[in-house]
Amino acid sequence: MDSVSLPFARQTLANGLDVIVHEDHHVPIVAVNVWYHVGSKNERPGRTGFAHLFEHLMFEGSAHHNAGYFPPLQRAGAMLNGSTNTDRTNYWEVVPTSAVDLALWLESDRMGYLLPALTEQRFETQRDVVLNERRQNYENRPYGFAVMAIAAALYPDDHPYHWLTIGTADDLRAMRLEEVQEFFRTYYHPANASLTLAGDIDPGRAFELADRYFGELPAGARPEPVRPASAAAPGREVRLLLEDRVELPRLYMAWHSPAMFHDGDAELDLLADLLANGKASRLYRTLVYERRIALDVSAHQNSRELSSFFLLVATAAPGQSLTDIAAFIDLELQRTADEGPSEAEMERARAQIEAQFMYRLQTVGGFGGKSDQLNAYNIYRGDPGFFAADLARYRTATRESVREATHRYLGVDRRVVLSVVPRGQPSLALAGSEPVSVA
Amino acid sequence: MPADRSRLPEVGPDPPFRFPAIVRHRLANGLDVRTIEHHTVPVVSCVLQIQGGAGGDPPGEEGLAAITADMVDEGTGHLSAIDVSEGFARLGAEYDVEVGPDATLFSLTVLSRFAERGLSLLADILARPSLRGHDFERVRKLRLDRLRQLKDLPPAVAERAFLRLVYGDHPYGHLPIGTEAALRACRVERVAEFHAAAFSPARATLVLAGPLAHETLRALVAAAFSRWADDGPDGAAATAAAIDPPTLPRRLAIVPRAGAAQSELRIGHLSARRNTPDYAALLLMNAVLGGQFVSRINLRLREEKGYTYGARTGFDWRRGPAPFALQASVHTAATADAIRDTLAEFDAIRGARPPSDEEMALARASLTRGYPRNFETAEQVARSVAQLALYDLPDSYFQEFVPRVNAVERSDVVRAAERYVDAARATTLIVGDYQAIGESLPPLGYGEPQILPPDE
Repeated sequence: MDSVSLPFARQTLANGLDVIVHEDHHVPIVAVNVWYHVGSKNERPGRTGFAHLFEHLMFEGSAHHNAGYFPPLQRAGAMLNGSTNTDRTNYWEVVPTSAVDLALWLESDRMGYLLPALTEQRFETQRDVVLNERRQNYENRPYGFAVMAIAAALYPDDHPYHWLTIGTADDLRAMRLEEVQEFFRTYYHPANASLTLAGDIDPGRAFELADRYFGELPAGARPEPVRPASAAAPGREVRLLLEDRVELPRLYMAWHSPAMFHDGDAELDLLADLLANGKASRLYRTLVYERRIALDVSAHQNSRELSSFFLLVATAAPGQSLTDIAAFIDLELQRTADEGPSEAEMERARAQIEAQFMYRLQTVGGFGGKSDQLNAYNIYRGDPGFFAADLARYRTATRESVREATHRYLGVDRRVVLSVVPRGQPSLALAGSEPVSVA
Repeated sequence: MPADRSRLPEVGPDPPFRFPAIVRHRLANGLDVRTIEHHTVPVVSCVLQIQGGAGGDPPGEEGLAAITADMVDEGTGHLSAIDVSEGFARLGAEYDVEVGPDATLFSLTVLSRFAERGLSLLADILARPSLRGHDFERVRKLRLDRLRQLKDLPPAVAERAFLRLVYGDHPYGHLPIGTEAALRACRVERVAEFHAAAFSPARATLVLAGPLAHETLRALVAAAFSRWADDGPDGAAATAAAIDPPTLPRRLAIVPRAGAAQSELRIGHLSARRNTPDYAALLLMNAVLGGQFVSRINLRLREEKGYTYGARTGFDWRRGPAPFALQASVHTAATADAIRDTLAEFDAIRGARPPSDEEMALARASLTRGYPRNFETAEQVARSVAQLALYDLPDSYFQEFVPRVNAVERSDVVRAAERYVDAARATTLIVGDYQAIGESLPPLGYGEPQILPPDE
């Protein structure tokens, strides 16, 4: 067995900022990666889309560099980006070794001194950009509203996973600059962040630079964890219907599932693999390969901090009914809940997971690279060294534990089933589906 | 020492960069083998590139190269499609196929300890696929259904229509997936014939990169691929690149999409070949004009005007003349203005507003300073080396890239723009709400727009 590990060193600055360093001198680049423990789960109804819009503003300038962040970094040969989800916001640069100072200077400046540079005009422009992002990725995309409808049905109105990170267009329009400033003060400070440097740098120098640029920033109060009232599973099957500009009907099934890293989370990951990853997977084989009633099928355990959801999606082949597809899915779920996977299926799923963990060690930066993983483990587990324990979750999963998780979480009597059908053809949905409207 | 925030820190000299040695070898069956030692994690990546991609589809058989590539992993010998998929999955291997205009690329990434098994299975399916009729029927139906779904996807509709507008009947004028009529008419016998003609070791390049010595890498390839018989036809494949595209007038065309929230745009025309001596100048020109976040067009359409989430220009490189085009999805109400602004920028870079010193420096730095990051993984390295074979570039290409870009002068960039970017030749395609934007289009000076269906 090849060794799979992600070594690191960590120090915490006086202001509470965690600094993590991973050495890899193979290519003369350094990944700088910052996570803030804030996402759309920290928003409230009526102000959705806030965390993500804020991420855009972080690229527009800060007190001591009162202009866009892209020009100086691209001039140094950097790649850079950021992203927001329900639980966290991340920012990264991959720079030549010679430009580490520059990246840290800029990251620290926007962590400590963003507000003086935040003008009404920059705010308005980025609001327009985000509205365009929403049009492009949701409104103008086939099936683009499906997950919005599912989130709304799975979680009660006041639960922070009720809305998607992109937010509603009305909420985005209603936002005010003062609210943005307040948001920054609450969530953007060293004690709510984690900084990782990975690549062509030695830990001594990395810690020294981190302290030079970030050490002077004032500590903030660690925000209270979000504690939603409840995310109770629906006690029944909820059937919904959405008409969309699509050629072919598509079925979505969603269940509440264990939060990220909790018992059952890894099992449901493995289950997703054995149900729908590759031609040999159970549902692909049944629906697409043998019966040819579906064009595609996918399964995914969407692991998140407060609670997760497991999602199955299948698109009907022309002339085929969602009802038949649902029946075969239910049959397979029942079989898995009764008998569990075979040993051969477990071996295959584990081989894929083991390989994935190794492939994840190939890049230092960017989304999903080593620096991103170290920050993820630090933010979610308080332990950047969780890599080995994470892998162990999959190694120790058994046929029985996967069977048990399927039985426990994927009941056919407590889920949201959404039929997305071509406009004007609601009869193609599962029987008894209630129309929903999303915008 | 506290941070000095009065100015940005200086960036030091660029770290030295050396592209690893490429060692070439030719198997007795003619297979061109290139190996690269890439010492990081225990992962190897293999890329097998077959000359002749979708541009090799015979007229009326658009989609043949792609469906043939898709049929490769549908079984070999006594193994079914399920067995092949299972075989790769049990190794944790990542198998992928990409059909481009000039080549078809099969890639496999696998843990080093499974390299032998992975390559052996890859060689079997490539050289001796079963190509059974019932598998073919299923795969063809999936592709036809996929084609139907693409009608709802504005970027796919735009890509398809734009290629047709700029290439006309040229072999580059269609998407690899092909057309509905051609796929319906396709028979498995044609796939077998196409496979026999194109999948010959003498027309393929295999690149293997991983943390092993060259001799070991080469032995792995030889063990798996020596059995691949060279029984294809003699001579090089006829290529799309050898055929001159027709000269077509600029046009304004729209694929109507009632009620669309945005207009999907393509604006451009044919330009240079990938191996043009102007390549480095064109990369710099594009970086200034629209090739990166901090480019004139993105800053104008996204940051200044708020028309879009992002706008990019670029070359869709080929062995033959490649399209140069803007891609953007813009708010419906801003459609005509976005087109006007784009054409104005196409014009300006040719002389009225040539790149400034600052723009030149930024474009140059963004292309060169971070260059080593393009070669971090075994797969990146293997894919890069396959490109050398595809475009007839020398093994020293990556080593020489940075000095070559640094040698380009501003006047070279302006000359390249004059030669290869021309608003007066640019065809504009819109996938959007015709009723909402129709009246705003005539002032663009194109005359009445041509109305196109979503699937031709």
